Amino acid sequence: MTTEKPTMIEFRDVQKYYGDYHALRGITATIRAGEFFSLLGPSGCGKTTLLRTIAGFEDISSGAVLIDGKHMDGVPANKRPTNMVFQSYAIFPHLTVAENVGFGLRRDPRPASEKAKAVAEALEMVGLKGYGARAAHALSGGQRQRVALARALILKPKVLLLDEPLSALDKKMREQMQMELIKLQRQVGITFILVTHDQEEALVMSDRIAVMFEGQIAQLADPETLYRRPNSRQVADFIGTMNFLPAKILSENGVVEVEAQGFGRLTLAADQVMGSKTTEGTSIGFRPETATILFDGQVATDRETLATIEEVVYYGDMTYYDVRLDGTEKPMRLSMRNVFGRPVLDIGTRTRVGWSPGALVLFR
Amino acid sequence: MDKGNSRGRFRDTEAAKGLMLVSPTALYATLLLAAPLFAVVVYSLMIDSKTGASAGFTFNNYIEVWTGKIYQAIMLRSLIVSMTVTLITVLLAYPVAYFVSFGVSQQRKALWLFLITIPFWTSYLIRVFMWKVILGYNGVINSGLMSLGIIDEPLTVINYSVGSMVATLAHAYAPFAILPIFVSLEKIDRSLLEAGQDLGESKFLTFWRVTLPLSMPGVIAAVLIVFIPTIGDYVTPELIGGGKIPMIANMIEVKMLKQNDKAMGSAIAVTAMVIVAAVSVLFLLLNKRFLKGQSK
Repeated sequence: MTTEKPTMIEFRDVQKYYGDYHALRGITATIRAGEFFSLLGPSGCGKTTLLRTIAGFEDISSGAVLIDGKHMDGVPANKRPTNMVFQSYAIFPHLTVAENVGFGLRRDPRPASEKAKAVAEALEMVGLKGYGARAAHALSGGQRQRVALARALILKPKVLLLDEPLSALDKKMREQMQMELIKLQRQVGITFILVTHDQEEALVMSDRIAVMFEGQIAQLADPETLYRRPNSRQVADFIGTMNFLPAKILSENGVVEVEAQGFGRLTLAADQVMGSKTTEGTSIGFRPETATILFDGQVATDRETLATIEEVVYYGDMTYYDVRLDGTEKPMRLSMRNVFGRPVLDIGTRTRVGWSPGALVLFR
Repeated sequence: MDKGNSRGRFRDTEAAKGLMLVSPTALYATLLLAAPLFAVVVYSLMIDSKTGASAGFTFNNYIEVWTGKIYQAIMLRSLIVSMTVTLITVLLAYPVAYFVSFGVSQQRKALWLFLITIPFWTSYLIRVFMWKVILGYNGVINSGLMSLGIIDEPLTVINYSVGSMVATLAHAYAPFAILPIFVSLEKIDRSLLEAGQDLGESKFLTFWRVTLPLSMPGVIAAVLIVFIPTIGDYVTPELIGGGKIPMIANMIEVKMLKQNDKAMGSAIAVTAMVIVAAVSVLFLLLNKRFLKGQSK
């Protein structure tokens, strides 16, 4: 997953002000060629602004944006080797599907018949074969999305920019399009940059993700690292669910000795310790699936702690248990895969919880 | 089952409620618009009516209107004046509408629209007189040029001419053209313009390929709103043209009131109406083409 590829996009200390509002606060990052890269963050974090600085719709106040090694300062949107799929899709309502897809081919020197062939191929690639003559306004949301994709990809850009392209689709359609986009990206090999606020979407689709808060990149990593080793409580909270328990550092020299509520004395490796900017104080974090409820006769693979079940949420394939470990104040969420023949436990049940120190993260 | 019952049911239907709602207006329109119109059509088909229309049916009035040199000339002049006015008004209104829509911040737009409507605060007649003050024989332009010694005699080309009529009308109808164009520009999704540039077109070509076609419904509405009233304008030729260069409405007035020839007056009126209707239908069809695909 991390074979080094050449750099496609480089941000050098990019700053953006809107009047007094500091929208981008020193973004420095590189995006590699052929990568599926996501900008993930809550609304207002600057991810769309950052995407628009690549497209050329947003001037930057200072710093530099480079595409394929070239400075983009002063280069207008129509001269950049990027194309965009807009959140609203921006399909031209006065044109047919084929005219929309062929919009950017006007200056292409090829004869009209070859352009028409290229349009037909692009439509086929996105699964809209034979839709060329249709009026753009007669399309469904998913079809508009595909037209927007075909319209951008037909120009063979170096970078395809996707601004929350799936947010207007229903859940089923969204999941289907996620898979199609991944396949399409592998097929064409173009660098895709996706803006999304949906952490699940980012995890599913991306090679690497930049998590942004308040105009800054909080963490830039591959999905697995982001999920297992979030570098702050903020990132941990934003990506999936994480349980936190207060903790106290006893000593550190290479490894870290910790006293954590509910878990007792622990020794953690250096890579499990994350510097956190939060003011909540030192805490231990773990994901719901890294601790398990031990049913009768099951033996813990590592450690175990006694707990009381306080809430049960049944999801069909999964059951979420909110359990309070003995010696703690807050319930922790555990997710258990349901197994045929095993009962769902009731609220108030006393149970044993199995966990492993290796799955814990310390935020300080 | 019985009659009373079904009538009761009819009274409750949407259609009945709709009819009830429109009936006062419909009645009003019939009495004040359709009935006089019908009377005009009837008059236009009557024989000699110098002493009030007498009974008898003929197409001679129409034949005279369509073949008579003077009628043709006046009709043609009306068409040329109103088409020139329409062209100039729309061409000048578009940049103003574009500026207000794209160049003015959201909070200031209302103020700009308000400013555009200010000319309406004075009566049309007064505005026409003001133009007469500017363009007239002893008007501001002539006396100004003469006092500067640029000309010795008042220019006659700027007063009592078709040109001065066009200037006056174009000024008067500018807001009518600006507003519909502004509305159609406001409706354009701004991301479409970004998409145009993103797909490699310059700002100008994006305007040409995206903004302009999408604003055509507004342009066509402006054309109709300016063209229809100006072709039948009566006051401007009378005051600015000094009655020397009549348009079709002045001709109708002369026939109807001065010569008391109701039949001929009516025939001219109906003819003018048919021509306006034909031109309007043409533009409506054009509009349909542009509106296609913009049902959103």
